Amino acid sequence: MQGRSDAGATLTLSGDPGRQRKERIVHALFLAAAFVSVVISALIVISLFREAIAFLVQVDVGSLWADGWFPRRGMYDIKTLVVGTLLVTGIGMLVAGPVGLGAAVYLSEYASPRARRVLKPILEVLAGIPSVVMGFFALTWISPNLVQALWSQASLFNLAAAGIGVGVLTIPLVATIAEDAMHSVPNALREAAYGLGSRKRTTSVRVVFPAAVSGIVAAFIVGTSRAIGETMVVAIAAGGTGGSLFTVDITGPGQTMTAAMMAIATGSDQVKGAALTYESMFFVGALLFVMTFTLNLVSERFVRRVRRRY
Amino acid sequence: MAQLVEPLDATTAVRQVLHGRRVDRAGALFQLALLLTLVLSFLVLIALLSDVWMEGYPVLAERGMDFIRSDLSSLPQEAGIWQGLVGSVQLMLIVSLIAFPLGIGAAVYMEEYARDTRLTRFINANIRNLAGVPAVVYGLLGLAIFVKALQQVTGPGDQGRTLLSGGLTLSFMVLPIVIITAAEALRAVPRSIREAAYGVGATRWETIRSHVLPYAAPGVLTGTVLSLARALGETAPLILVGAVTGFFASDATFLESFRDRFTALPTIIFVWAKQPNAEFRALTAAAIIVLMAVLLAMNSVAILLRNRYERRW
Repeated sequence: MQGRSDAGATLTLSGDPGRQRKERIVHALFLAAAFVSVVISALIVISLFREAIAFLVQVDVGSLWADGWFPRRGMYDIKTLVVGTLLVTGIGMLVAGPVGLGAAVYLSEYASPRARRVLKPILEVLAGIPSVVMGFFALTWISPNLVQALWSQASLFNLAAAGIGVGVLTIPLVATIAEDAMHSVPNALREAAYGLGSRKRTTSVRVVFPAAVSGIVAAFIVGTSRAIGETMVVAIAAGGTGGSLFTVDITGPGQTMTAAMMAIATGSDQVKGAALTYESMFFVGALLFVMTFTLNLVSERFVRRVRRRY
Repeated sequence: MAQLVEPLDATTAVRQVLHGRRVDRAGALFQLALLLTLVLSFLVLIALLSDVWMEGYPVLAERGMDFIRSDLSSLPQEAGIWQGLVGSVQLMLIVSLIAFPLGIGAAVYMEEYARDTRLTRFINANIRNLAGVPAVVYGLLGLAIFVKALQQVTGPGDQGRTLLSGGLTLSFMVLPIVIITAAEALRAVPRSIREAAYGVGATRWETIRSHVLPYAAPGVLTGTVLSLARALGETAPLILVGAVTGFFASDATFLESFRDRFTALPTIIFVWAKQPNAEFRALTAAAIIVLMAVLLAMNSVAILLRNRYERRW
């Protein structure tokens, strides 16, 4: 404020110590805010791995390869959870992969601006559906109307219904990232293809798709990562409350890594339950974190490859 | 090869291509298949909404406000969602107070202050990675840090399994989304605006406060509303942090309630969805209708904000 009375002297304007101090304080505050994200990451890693290591140190190694996952009975069979997770994720990506990619190609290559305005919100609304709601839908609609219609012996709680529900939730993510990738392919390539006399379909499939392929791979990887981490759909629709025997039957109940954590957390009023249940939850969480983190890193590499090219 | 035997002159060849009777059937089928993926997504959405509506509407029609104002109960005809609604509103209050200032502050730093150093790139990569961490993992973080390590702070009541722990956990979870959306809004403000402010002698903070932030406000606000909606629908971290999944009564005052046991709307939906009897299934659907209505209202606000104040530079 002092500077204003002294309008001619620019040197005093920038030299006002009060303004400079304020500037420094604000700068420090913003830097601190940005640093909170680093602290959160560190806290995640520390809290996950401390308990996970405590689990590995105390657990009887033989119980890591048992007939099933029953933490309260001391059976911590990892393969039950990993295979369950892979089954659900696989079914999910069978749904989300083709549907998401198809939607992306249509929105990026075929849809007129008006059609986009009508069609894009479908994906946005789908993306906004809370996963508890999708879980309820998977249990009360997908399971009886799709899964049990296909396999009449399927139980109400089954991995297939959970997988389809997870897949539907993943569609918007796959579609958005894949569409972004195809959108960033320069028009010159399309026009060159048209100039050579190729049709729309040929242009999309033989020119745009290969040009955007790393972005599309990234979309699939991010989708897989999201599907692995999806919790509530599986916790509601896949059954497996309390534990599950090792199973590869998608028409029956089963357990995934995420649902196993939910089962422990809801299983009793005390999260700190019998034996190593509390620690086992963090062990599973650490495993999940490592898997999704790796997938996200890999996908980022693919995305960067598209950006560098165009 | 056969075509070479009978060479065509250029005009005839072009005419044949342009007026050829060949309809691109395969191309049309391909386009139809692509469109079907969107139609399929739309049908799933319709099935979901109508499934929920048909199951839940009778409860809302019959019970009306009683369903909304009643506490949790093991009797389906008495159970209501009031405690969950109150809990969810309080959780969103905490998220607004913690995640928004931190997130917007971080975004301002990354967009306005940070130079392209190794530290900046590290923080940026870190934020993107945090955005990809599954919600359950944040639940484990909250369990280890807020519920166990900080239980003296988060509550005297039921160890640390309190509303405050839940709210802090959700704040951490949505922080990366707030940062990313706010940074996008800041990036959309053109350089010329900043340069105009610097030109009249404003410091960086003065430029941000009176030029950049006001212009970025609609975008920032849209992002915050959307992340609030995300926090409202999230269940898994709350379950891990220890949201009540049974019944509870509390006579805590508003302030005390932050360090008390809690439940939230999506948590109630989860618990009811797992109940085997048909009455609770209808209650679940009715609670979902309420949740979706609130989410719809929040999203509409976000879209309205975006359309009303969006600027094209």
